[in-house]
Amino acid sequence: MLRFIVRRLLQAIPTLLILSLLVFVWLRSLPGGPSGALLGDKATPEKIEALNKVLGLDQPIYIQYFKFLGRILSGDFGSSLISGEPVVAEIGRALPATIELSLAALLFAVVLGIPLGYLAASHRGRFLDNSTVIGTLVGVAVPVFFLGILLKQLFAQDLALFPPSGRQDVTIDPTHVTNFAVLDGLLTQEWDAAADALWHLVLPAVALGTIPLAVIVRITRASVLDVLNEDFVRTANAKGLQAQLIRRRHVLRNAMLPVSTTIGLQTGLLLGGAVLTERVFVWGGLGSLLAQGIERRDYPRLQALLLLAAVVYVLVNLLVDISYAIIDPRVRAS
Amino acid sequence: MTSLLKRKRARVDALAESAGTSLAADAVKRMLRSPVALLGAFLVLLFLVLAIVAPFIAPKDPYQRYPELLAELRPDFIPGAQPGFLLGGDELGRDFFSRLLVGAQQSLVVGVGATLIGLVLGMIIGGLAGAFGGWVDSWLMRFTDIMLSIPSLLLAISIAALASRGSQTTVIIAVAVTTVPIFARLLRGAMLAQRHSDHVLAATALGVRRRTVVFRHMLPNSLGPVIVQATLTLATAIIEAASLSFLGLGDPDPSRAEWGLMLGNSQRYIDVKPELAFYPAVAIIIVALGFTLLGESLREALDPKNRR
Repeated sequence: MLRFIVRRLLQAIPTLLILSLLVFVWLRSLPGGPSGALLGDKATPEKIEALNKVLGLDQPIYIQYFKFLGRILSGDFGSSLISGEPVVAEIGRALPATIELSLAALLFAVVLGIPLGYLAASHRGRFLDNSTVIGTLVGVAVPVFFLGILLKQLFAQDLALFPPSGRQDVTIDPTHVTNFAVLDGLLTQEWDAAADALWHLVLPAVALGTIPLAVIVRITRASVLDVLNEDFVRTANAKGLQAQLIRRRHVLRNAMLPVSTTIGLQTGLLLGGAVLTERVFVWGGLGSLLAQGIERRDYPRLQALLLLAAVVYVLVNLLVDISYAIIDPRVRAS
Repeated sequence: MTSLLKRKRARVDALAESAGTSLAADAVKRMLRSPVALLGAFLVLLFLVLAIVAPFIAPKDPYQRYPELLAELRPDFIPGAQPGFLLGGDELGRDFFSRLLVGAQQSLVVGVGATLIGLVLGMIIGGLAGAFGGWVDSWLMRFTDIMLSIPSLLLAISIAALASRGSQTTVIIAVAVTTVPIFARLLRGAMLAQRHSDHVLAATALGVRRRTVVFRHMLPNSLGPVIVQATLTLATAIIEAASLSFLGLGDPDPSRAEWGLMLGNSQRYIDVKPELAFYPAVAIIIVALGFTLLGESLREALDPKNRR
């Protein structure tokens, strides 16, 4: 098992290296290069050349790349053009908000999605199945941001059941430990703060989780249907195993393989969707940093966010592979 | 007994019948029988027709600010339906209905443009990988893996952000690039699966040139999943383009009638006139749903497992 993990970790390195090269090239293909982007409207050819010297952009390109790589590895992504603060500090502050939101959305999607998909599969062709399938098709077609706007209007404005925006009520003054609002409340035993944070989390998490939910339901359904047709399920039935045992040991376990891949693949959707959801709910996480960075073309910030997203994605895929190896011993061997 | 015989005969007859038809003809037949496919096709067709004739049937100029609407416009009131203006005005006193119609054309241009560009680039990469295999394949696939490792919306955002000013073209390119690796991988997988199939081996053994084998045998037999994916991609491309507009990365011209932009702009007026957000969103959902239904039923129809 350990060897498997180490091997997969080593395999991720070239991907990350090439990715860093892409981000490097991306920055250099900006109009006027990084210096032009830094100077913005004030850029003149002389100023750009002077700044190029300061930034070491007059050196050979491969030396620049290695220096860039060195800076990244030591965690130096430069300073934001908007706040002047180191990008890493900015991201560190906003990251917990996004992780909290994404995890809540994923939890919503998984906890609801797998049972629903299983139910649909076991009622194949009946009303429950058909309506679930239609629901998933519609769910995928709804733009995340519209769903957010809709939920907000309906449940926050009209019915006033949930708060319309933000992570916590302004009247609550919570102690910050990890910057995960719910976790902080639990750690410091400020129950009202935790409850309030949870309350704020509901609408954004549902909005962000709906597309992953639809995808997970569909994959679970298809995967369970596939497994139900397998010979070993028929054999298990024929030899008189208890239905519950067959369901748990044979059907669900085997059906979970494609599902776990799909859950991993949702990370990309979640990260992209978080940008839109955070915008609607004024969430103040990475999405807000990104949206603001786009508006002002804050390249150091964008570059760091892009690289971070890719690294997270690669790591999550790694986790998926490991979970694969845990579920299915055959994967470990190959 | 006789009924059993009849049933058996019917099955054999059906098998013989399907053996005489091509997979494509069979798929079309199956599509025509499926209500889901027909609904999808209907929605897509409706969208296509509307998008093409929109400028001719729009009752008003979608970019014109009408004095009769402007006169009533107040911070807490946006005029609703009235004679000549089917859905009333928008936040700037323009005809909302005409803007919605013309928005269909924008979405069509962006969706089809992005999908076509992605399809062509992806097919070149995937085709090369599938035709040559070996190190060409492994290098090209490493490249697509890396593109896939960046979440598609973030990739689109970073490409669109490269342009100092957003435009429809940058949106199309940004969305197109995110679809390239998917098409590439699909075509490559389908072609590699055929490398060792009997008909390819037979053609190679007969001394048919490699180029002919690739273009006459491998490529046509690999197109099914790619066509399905292209239909599904049209849905996501339209949603993704709308998302970029919503984030302010689309055409900066605020007068542009584009569903994502209309939706983004109307957020501030949602208490005043929720339809301004609602209708463009419903339009996006219907179009995306149409392409999804069509794509899914195409996938099912082309699946040889369902052939009976």
